[in-house]
Amino acid sequence: MAQKRQVRVGSQWMYARDAEKALGEALRVMKEEEGHGHHESFVTKYLFSQDHKWIGVQYGFTALCFLLFGFFLMIMMRLQLGWPNQPFAVIKWFFHGTGTMLPEQYNQLGAMHGTIMVFLAIVPLAVGAFGNYVVPLQIGAPDMAFPKLNMASYWCYLPGGIIMLLSIFLLGQQGGAAQSGWTSYPPLSVIASQGQTWWLVGMIFLITSSLLGSVNFIVTIIQLRAKGMTWDRLPFFVWAQFVTSFLLLLAFPPLEAAGVLQLMDRVAGTSFFLPSGLVVSGEVLKNAGGGNPLLWQHLFWFLAHPEVYVLILPAMGIVAEVIANNTRKSLWGYRSMVGATVFLGFMSFVVWAHHMFMTGMGTVISAFFQTTTMIISIPSVIILSALFITLWGASIRFTTPMLFALAFLPMFGIGGLTGLPLGLATTDIHLHDTYYVIGHFHYVVAPGTIFAMFAGIYYWFPKVTGRKLNDTLGRIHFWGSFVCINGIFMPMFYQGLAGVSRRLFDGGLQYAHAKAAAAATNPFMSQAAIGLFIFQLPFIYNFFKSIWWGERVGANPWQATTLEWAAAASPPIGHGNFAVPPVVRRGPYEYSIPGAATDFLTQIDEDGGPALPAPAVAPPHAPVVA
Amino acid sequence: MSVHEAAHGHMEIPFTVEARPDTGLYNGKLGVWLFLASEVMLFGALFSSLILIRTGAAEWPKGWEELHVIPATINTFVLIASSVFVVMAWANLRLRNLKVARMWIAATLLCGFAFMGIKAYEYSLSFQHHHFPKTSNFFAIYFTMTGLHGLHVLGGMVVFGYFLTKGWSMAETEPKRFTNRIEIVGLYWHFVDLVWIFLFPTLYLL
Amino acid sequence: MTEHVADSHDDHDSPENIKREMTRYIGVFLALAALTGLTVWVRFQLQLPEKQAIIVALIIATVKGSLVAAFFMHLLSEKKLIYSVLVITVVFFAVLMWLPVHDILDKFGYR
Repeated sequence: MAQKRQVRVGSQWMYARDAEKALGEALRVMKEEEGHGHHESFVTKYLFSQDHKWIGVQYGFTALCFLLFGFFLMIMMRLQLGWPNQPFAVIKWFFHGTGTMLPEQYNQLGAMHGTIMVFLAIVPLAVGAFGNYVVPLQIGAPDMAFPKLNMASYWCYLPGGIIMLLSIFLLGQQGGAAQSGWTSYPPLSVIASQGQTWWLVGMIFLITSSLLGSVNFIVTIIQLRAKGMTWDRLPFFVWAQFVTSFLLLLAFPPLEAAGVLQLMDRVAGTSFFLPSGLVVSGEVLKNAGGGNPLLWQHLFWFLAHPEVYVLILPAMGIVAEVIANNTRKSLWGYRSMVGATVFLGFMSFVVWAHHMFMTGMGTVISAFFQTTTMIISIPSVIILSALFITLWGASIRFTTPMLFALAFLPMFGIGGLTGLPLGLATTDIHLHDTYYVIGHFHYVVAPGTIFAMFAGIYYWFPKVTGRKLNDTLGRIHFWGSFVCINGIFMPMFYQGLAGVSRRLFDGGLQYAHAKAAAAATNPFMSQAAIGLFIFQLPFIYNFFKSIWWGERVGANPWQATTLEWAAAASPPIGHGNFAVPPVVRRGPYEYSIPGAATDFLTQIDEDGGPALPAPAVAPPHAPVVA
Repeated sequence: MSVHEAAHGHMEIPFTVEARPDTGLYNGKLGVWLFLASEVMLFGALFSSLILIRTGAAEWPKGWEELHVIPATINTFVLIASSVFVVMAWANLRLRNLKVARMWIAATLLCGFAFMGIKAYEYSLSFQHHHFPKTSNFFAIYFTMTGLHGLHVLGGMVVFGYFLTKGWSMAETEPKRFTNRIEIVGLYWHFVDLVWIFLFPTLYLL
Repeated sequence: MTEHVADSHDDHDSPENIKREMTRYIGVFLALAALTGLTVWVRFQLQLPEKQAIIVALIIATVKGSLVAAFFMHLLSEKKLIYSVLVITVVFFAVLMWLPVHDILDKFGYR
């Protein structure tokens, strides 16, 4: 029985028998290492780190910077939309000139806002940051399967992002950044100014980064699960990342191919996407012709539809973790949620042309895509319902992460439901390319995914830093954001139904049928956008202040069950995750077990044994031997 | 994990060399097959583009009249030979015949050089006839697909070159791990051969 | 999944087996070379109409590709997990090959 006793070695709790072994070897190794140093330079430890935790931090920090920048681009757009053709100092500072926005400037903002948010902010945050940091910990692995590849994937992401940014700042005189939408439809994108070429090159870097990352995630989850971590004991967050990685692996390459083809059209004079006899500015283009703009659309949307599931699945994973933890209940319908996620991943590959209903497709192919699109709404409903049902009869702790996770549910619900008339070809006739579409997808990504990202930040911040974010500032951040974000996006459904088209630099005022709706709502929405910006300030302040001066906490401040909480608070970089390989003995959400001594058992607790007590506040970077 | 590792305070990454029992795979093998799956989608998208453009085109030239079939046929033999060379290298590594294995890897790399050389010659013939990517969509897709394929050949050659020179020491210090690495790059190389097996008739003979 | 001991030390790796494999590789190489010759011969000697030429060429290419995959890439003896990944990939590959082309043919009329 003495073997079952738990002792604390440094900041890690372990069973006595393991401690005995570890301590004996530690003394031996310490003597050995006295001879040769185990030193890493700053460059290898922090700049080109191969530790998944630090790479996760790199991704997180970089992605949050891009998120803020993409947000700033949107603020400028909303200034123009709310008060069209009024000069603003910030627009003058950004674009130089008179301070009144020009149409091509608005188009640049639109294209870069979308690109930055999707490819440089959300996915790197959801997958690169949260996925990298949490997944190996949650499966009991020492790191990702290929640490060097992990490092390479971050260092493809950063140059790609910088190239995108440079296109905005360097090309003011030569036509500016990409301005053909984040969708880059030819022929417009092919004849557009230089910025589009930079966009294409940046995308190739980003796609490469994504590819390297997805291989790493899949191999890690399949091969590096700890002993006893069977597929049915995986936290839902890991399942979500697993399916997401398959989407990235198989859906991105066609866009890479398309990007190469568009680059060839722009740089080598080919006509993959240029039809014969194209007239530009009154002159017939002198190229070979024979190309097809729809080829781009098919290849682009083949990726871009699975991409939206890449945006939402990790978010659902985070929300599931936070809800289970703060309801003190197991997730309702875990198996259904996993099955729905896998089915969703598969279906996501066969719905893409619902983005092309207005391109003149035949009735058979349109009906096919409409059917698959309707079918794919089912797994989302299953997942959302399971999360709602989990709340039923729960004793809910309204922690800051839980507020964001709870808000996610109805917000994603609105986003999902408003997608239905877009997925039906007939109603899409009226709604396509209107603000209704913008409202729909922003609801799923902004109060949807981004709220889930905030939930994840508030939830895992203590694990990364060993400190908590301030709760009062968190609540201000939440309530302000929640109100303002609905203020921005809810009126968009009304605008869309009234016929206000998207991508109009004056917000719809040029069209008689849309003018009234636009004028009635745009100023209010822009005020809400400014409000949303203001309410991010407490978060930014909270974030930086808490890294150094936040309230210190132990390894498991949320009394959570999953394995990442069994590692030390703020596990040190470069020294692996678990001093002893964990052995998993139970499922991921063993909360409120009748008869247990505490209201949760972690995945490594022995049967019937007490939960591992959260250690007293651990000194950071504690060595293995106390 | 060894107790030695525990004393270092961290675990080594398992299954880098030995297979994981329930999957029967070591990490690199699974990784390279996943990568090849993504490459199937990449070249698949290009083949799909080729078919789409060709079926939508008013007229489409005959591959064997516009391109040079004999060098391309020789290149097909070259790549097939290189595939067999690399798999012989792997077999010899498993038999621990290091010197023989090294020769086979060098032979594979030589085939790569031959392929790129013949390809460069082919391209120069096309340029002399004023056939460039912008000439027509046929040439556009020809240069793009063979160009991308050629880049993949180059990538494989770089890796083989590394294993022959700086990376060779692992063959003596960690033979099993090195054998796995040659297996992995070999799988990539066979895939590059496989793409050419489809590319050659599609562009040159149809 | 049931556990079984990894087979890196059983007779899969015996010298006799490996030598037998090497002979098989040479055989596959000769088959591939012959098929390459065949596909060129079919084009220039048989002069089939376009549709049939495409089908024959693709069949020969598929046979060659299968030989490379089955023997050089050892797919014949590969693990179930790899097969699953490849099956999923092939399904999506087929979707990508067919649907966009179907869209174009639908518009321009099947020929």
